[in-house]
Amino acid sequence: MEFSLTDIISICDFSKKDIDIVLEKAAEFEKMPVEKKAGILNGKIVASLFFEPSTRTRLSFETAIQNLGGKVIGFADPAASSTSKGETLSDSIKIISGYADIIVMRHFIEGSARRASEVSKKPIINAGDGANQHPTQTLLDLYTIKKEFGKISGLKIGLLGDLKYGRTVHSLMYALAHYPNTEVFCISPESLRMQQEIIQDNSEKLKIFETRDLQEFLPELDLLYATRIQKERFADEFEYEQIKNVFILDKKILEKTKKSFRIMHPLPRVNEIKPELDSTSAALYFEQAKNGLPVRKAILSILKDVEK
Amino acid sequence: MNESDIRLTPIKNGTVLDHLPVGTALKILEILQLSKPEKAVTIAINTESKKMGRKDLVFLEGKELKKSEIEKIGLLARGATMNLIKASEVKSKIAIELPEKAIGIIKCMNPKCISPIEGLETKFFILQKPLRAKCFYCEKTMGEKEIANAIK
Repeated sequence: MEFSLTDIISICDFSKKDIDIVLEKAAEFEKMPVEKKAGILNGKIVASLFFEPSTRTRLSFETAIQNLGGKVIGFADPAASSTSKGETLSDSIKIISGYADIIVMRHFIEGSARRASEVSKKPIINAGDGANQHPTQTLLDLYTIKKEFGKISGLKIGLLGDLKYGRTVHSLMYALAHYPNTEVFCISPESLRMQQEIIQDNSEKLKIFETRDLQEFLPELDLLYATRIQKERFADEFEYEQIKNVFILDKKILEKTKKSFRIMHPLPRVNEIKPELDSTSAALYFEQAKNGLPVRKAILSILKDVEK
Repeated sequence: MNESDIRLTPIKNGTVLDHLPVGTALKILEILQLSKPEKAVTIAINTESKKMGRKDLVFLEGKELKKSEIEKIGLLARGATMNLIKASEVKSKIAIELPEKAIGIIKCMNPKCISPIEGLETKFFILQKPLRAKCFYCEKTMGEKEIANAIK
């Protein structure tokens, strides 16, 4: 199977085949002996450029690189880069692509990773470009679903919370459209509804339902993907106060759900999922975060010999 | 006098843009930067049309449009007709289509996008039904009205 991409910029660039290749490779990495993994990026240098603070994503990438025997250069604080001296991103990337074999980058400017992929002769992995894309998050979400349920197609998946601004749920929606007969239930307050454009783009491939009421479809769901409702998204604080507690998940919801029901969350959570759920079989979110490692290893290993 | 009796002065050499949706003629003059033209420019707004009911028309004496100008008009007035006039004869007649891509002709209205921040040549994919322009960089989309305002 041929992987068609030379850079990982947006989930929208992925064909179903590309996604399958990453998910299969990630599964291989989970079974692979440590010593075999350790030689995969032997002699390779990966630049880890975090122009914006990140903990989980950066540590997961850097762990993956080190597990595969690669060396990491870069920075976690943009003040340490030439950006602070006024250098354009395009120039920074041109220069760094002369040093490293692969570049992992997070930047607050939207489209920064796409621009980097134009000027870099080495593969770029987008670890988040502002509110736009975070494709490795979506891939690890898909991997988690497939690993847990043995399939993605045909599942009934609820998306909960801030569906208007939430980057992860937008990307997940486009990715799920590759899997026929999947049903997506968009559960949000009126003011944070899924953008109609995204519903329209995917309505031929997915069965999409919208509701304001979490209870309405709860007994049917295989999976609920919760997101954080951010206070700063509300013009009216009163509206936020009214809404914030409606979507808090606690043990009570499990009285209505299937036994196989699971909850995912891209984390960090604030108060959307009560810690009392952490010890239940429904809690899949910590496993999900852990799955970032095999998925990012898969991506690094696929891109290590790419010629652009 | 009937509206149909009104005749616009024909041009000898230049371009006639016909079948323009009502309300687009002035915007087209703006994007062609013809507020102070060197040669005659004639427009008709909201005039009768057998094909469309009502339409706008633009007559441009001594002007042939560049590819980028035709693409800009395509974004505003897809399905319009462009007649090239030479020595008072119609030399060619083409339907102006919606371009598949728009390179350097519309600006990204997202202030957080890298293209305005680094002054890059803009690139957009043009999507249909409904008409939208998706930025190659930040992936934000603009609807029909926003596109009209974003044409450079």
